[in-house]
Amino acid sequence: MKSLWQKGFILLILCLIFLTGCSEKYPVLHPVGPVGEKERNLIILSAVLMAIVIIPVIALLAFIVYRYRDKPNNRAPYKPNWDDSKILEFVWWGIPIIIIAVLSIYTVRDTFALTKPPANTGEPISIQVTSLDWKWVFFYPDEGVATVNYIDIPAGRPVQFELTSDAPMNSFWIPALGGQEYTMPGMAMRLWLQANKVGTYTGKGANFTGKEFSKMSFAVHVKKETDFDQWVKALKNQSPQLTEAGYKQLKKPGVVGKKSFSSYPKDIFHDTVMKNGGKYMNNDWMMKDHSQEMKGK
Amino acid sequence: MSTLNHYKEPEKQSHSTTSELLEYQRHDGPLNILGFWIFLATDLLLFACLFATYLVIRTHVDGGPTDKDLFEIPGFTIETILLLASSFTGSLAVYEMRHNDKKRLLGWLVVTVLLGLGFIGIEVSEFLSYIREGATMQRSAFLSAFFTLVGTHGSHVSLGIIWMISIIRQVAKYGIEPINARKVFIIGLYWHFLDIVWIFIFTVVYMTGVVS
Amino acid sequence: MFEHIRSFASHFFVTGEPMIYASDVAIVLFLVGIIFTLTYLKKWKWLWREWITTVDHKKIGIMYLISALLMMFRGGVDALLMRTQLALPNQTFLDAEHYNQIFTTHGTIMILFMAMPFLFALFNIAVPLQLGARDVAFPFLNSVSFWLFFFGALLFNLSFVIGGSPDAGWTSYPPLTELGFDKGPGENFYLLGIQISGIGSMATGINFLVTILKMRAPGMTLMRLPLFCWSVVASCIIIIFAFPALTVALALLLIDRVADAHFFTMLHGGNPMMFINLFWIWGHPEVYIVVLPAYGIYSEVVSTFSGKKIFGYKTMVISLMIISVVSYFVWAHHYFTMGASAGVNSFFAVASMLIGIPTGVKVFNWLFTMFRGRIQLKLPMLWTLAFIPCFAMGGATGIMLAVAPADYQYHNSYFLIAHFHQTLIGGVAFGLLAGMYYWWPKMFGFSLNERLGRWAFWFFNIGFYVCFMPQYFLGFMGMTRRVYTYSGDTGWTSFNFISSIGAYLMGIGFLFIVVQVLYSIKYGERDLTGDPWNGRTLEWAIASPAPHYNFAHIPEVTERDAWWDMKARGESLIKVNQRMAFKPIHMPKNSGLPFIMAVFFFISGFGFVFNWYWMAALGLLGVGICMIVRSNNRDSEYYIPAEDVEKTEAALGRV
Repeated sequence: MKSLWQKGFILLILCLIFLTGCSEKYPVLHPVGPVGEKERNLIILSAVLMAIVIIPVIALLAFIVYRYRDKPNNRAPYKPNWDDSKILEFVWWGIPIIIIAVLSIYTVRDTFALTKPPANTGEPISIQVTSLDWKWVFFYPDEGVATVNYIDIPAGRPVQFELTSDAPMNSFWIPALGGQEYTMPGMAMRLWLQANKVGTYTGKGANFTGKEFSKMSFAVHVKKETDFDQWVKALKNQSPQLTEAGYKQLKKPGVVGKKSFSSYPKDIFHDTVMKNGGKYMNNDWMMKDHSQEMKGK
Repeated sequence: MSTLNHYKEPEKQSHSTTSELLEYQRHDGPLNILGFWIFLATDLLLFACLFATYLVIRTHVDGGPTDKDLFEIPGFTIETILLLASSFTGSLAVYEMRHNDKKRLLGWLVVTVLLGLGFIGIEVSEFLSYIREGATMQRSAFLSAFFTLVGTHGSHVSLGIIWMISIIRQVAKYGIEPINARKVFIIGLYWHFLDIVWIFIFTVVYMTGVVS
Repeated sequence: MFEHIRSFASHFFVTGEPMIYASDVAIVLFLVGIIFTLTYLKKWKWLWREWITTVDHKKIGIMYLISALLMMFRGGVDALLMRTQLALPNQTFLDAEHYNQIFTTHGTIMILFMAMPFLFALFNIAVPLQLGARDVAFPFLNSVSFWLFFFGALLFNLSFVIGGSPDAGWTSYPPLTELGFDKGPGENFYLLGIQISGIGSMATGINFLVTILKMRAPGMTLMRLPLFCWSVVASCIIIIFAFPALTVALALLLIDRVADAHFFTMLHGGNPMMFINLFWIWGHPEVYIVVLPAYGIYSEVVSTFSGKKIFGYKTMVISLMIISVVSYFVWAHHYFTMGASAGVNSFFAVASMLIGIPTGVKVFNWLFTMFRGRIQLKLPMLWTLAFIPCFAMGGATGIMLAVAPADYQYHNSYFLIAHFHQTLIGGVAFGLLAGMYYWWPKMFGFSLNERLGRWAFWFFNIGFYVCFMPQYFLGFMGMTRRVYTYSGDTGWTSFNFISSIGAYLMGIGFLFIVVQVLYSIKYGERDLTGDPWNGRTLEWAIASPAPHYNFAHIPEVTERDAWWDMKARGESLIKVNQRMAFKPIHMPKNSGLPFIMAVFFFISGFGFVFNWYWMAALGLLGVGICMIVRSNNRDSEYYIPAEDVEKTEAALGRV
């Protein structure tokens, strides 16, 4: 029995070392921005709270099965009619209630917090995201440029992603920056993310959209502010324009590589949302101009 | 024969007010009636889901006809009167069954069927006139939901009519006895249920549509 | 003309894939084999009279069980194909289309055509016997339910060789499943197969609820009901309240697809979100539909094999009921990431976590049932003991998923996959197997071999952890579900490889179960007492297998654990037989109508799949005629004469 415990403990330590060892491999546990960090903290908190219940349960199970096994010489008490104890039941109603209460408080707090941009950080920027079969199109409304299957963002500034789909619904997920949000036809939804560390991260489509769904990952380049500005400038000077016809071409199901555009039809995101049923949805709070809110920060 | 030896021997009733009624006298009466009540609960939920869907996409007309454009007060008012009347005559049928009057029971069942047929006839002609105007269920989400909700009710009524005809035949053949009593009672429940669903359709679909 | 037929056939039958041709051959050979064997042994009449037309709950239970095990095989093969494809990066063992079909059929089959019928098998076998009843409340309807399930499953599985399998996931979200993106008949097979078997499930829910409410033996008050029956009550209540939502969701999507309507399309005002709501209003309660009866099985098994009363019976009942009610208020946790407001997400997050409280309480009650007992490690108990840690972990990760902001990171990732497999395998499949081992002697009159069973147990359990623990880590690494391949630079290779090894170990475990069953048919220990486990509830008071009428005399119940109580008083049903005269027993007659009616449902469903309306209408007409024939049938019951009852009991050595 004892050696089993020791083995288990060593295994646990090894796991922890393993987990903290290679941060590159576990973007969810080693996020590079405040949103991901908040979520990671909740993950750790909930895991610890759960461990408080799980470990005693498993230990108790091992103990009981060992002690009360049906062997002729077992001298442990046998009480076939003992089936009630108010105190014990009170204890195991009480403990989960307390744990769930604690977890609920943090859950609700962070659920509300994450609908707002991360506090005490730089000037927010906006990116409009449209998922297509099977590629991602990104529009930069302030910069006026557009990209396909990759984005560049400045480090240290909150990014407001506005999400929609012009194809079956997908889900926009950059694990290293924070949790996902769906891209849904006819809806424009908002997701705040931020990256504080320069580098390249992987983003992906998380919701199944048919044949080439597996190919729907995109690159996220987090750059220093100056590098970002330069990238925008380069795009403006060197890249072709995205026209209505070009967008129609993109919309056709298929896989394409990375693309860059110096400009795009101004209202294309809005029109896409409206065309797919947006006019029936209450998209106001999502679609409205958030510049006021942003300035207030 | 010993009642204890039925394969379906219900629990002893603590007070035997219901067990005196004809439809509860056979061993399977209480089971079937309880089972049917539960079935009605599932059917009610089915309609609830259809109503919810209708309410969500009621305004999604895609530039096509709206509820206000389509619905005409005389049509659905007559439908309502017919169905309410049929519910009343259905009750009269059960009432006559209680008084063991086979002729009148049959008579009221036939009247109920006829009223039901009238209801279906008007509903079908209403649907056809919409389709002639181009308001088909392919036109918009609103029309898909309208035809499905009202059509589901209509097909329930149609099935009820076929069922009731089958019961009329059985009552004519075997008279008023526990099995038939159970059947008449159960289809009565079903008929009233459809009536209640219609009242919701009347208010949620038609009245709201005309008023809005 | 020939060209025409050829072009039709090449669309109608699935072509161009060696694996499917091989399956075609296997299916044809298998069918020929069955037909030949039945003809050679002159068993057609026997099959019709004894099985197809039966309304006996015990035989219907056995047919459910056989179908469920076959479906477990199919779903399991699907799983192995997926794990083979994912074992290494950039594999071409399966292409995207086949992978998509396989994960779709795996999910649908395991939930709807494996777990559900397996449960219904155990409902049928155990509930009437535990109640001291001679059949369910509606034996004819019970047969209808089975055949609807059977033909629904057949229709769904037919898509493998005819028309093409569905490929949009078992959740089948529009607009991906709308005509604009998915023209093939595969999706129609999904919609109709589930719809047809779903009608059967709903009827089963009503049937067993009425049975338990109305057909308990005298003296068996609700608070003396065996816990398995209580769990069936809870499960049936959920079936009754949840399945209508599925019926509507599937029907509306079908109307979209066959009639070109616009409920969930992107254009003309459709609202895909509405399907997702309706689907999960059924979908989440569905999880509790399958897991609550498993809780009931564990309760029976723990108590029996600890030789002790269940701890906190009332708490067990209350917690079952709390779960069945709260399960309706958690469905939106399947889409915290679909733009609901923070308030809505908070509500559903907290409601989802609340389910953890009664579930945790149940775990402690099981533990303390064993405490101060005498634990026998027989097969049903082994699976129950394996369930507790596995489900505790699965439940814990469930609560972690319920934390809405954390879910933004888990959603659609392998973390989620690992979680729900841990609850559905560790919670449901272990329970189903425990129940199968537990009631097997009662079904067939012999026990399953313990040694082979232990091999199966260890392979399956170790395989489970090897397969699914790495998937939690894959989730943290950002691996999304439903990808058919990945590149090596993601760093996912080693965990995927380990996971695939685990899947194969589980496959070996399943093979051991098959071997165990075959071996035990020949060499298994015969159960002559009817009470091989020293049981506590009424099913162990009668012979194994139970006679057609179950109870020659309906027992009088005075205590919870009625049979244990009788044994303690030195009473038995044999003594009752000796004391009291036999009487004729009133039983329902067999009927071929349920089978025929289900065939018509199948014909109609097949017609709808290919938009052949004449065929669909013909099928529905057949269904209607069957119903009218049934309504006019006044000869559906008969009496077993008292002498026959006495003879049967004497042959069983019980007079």
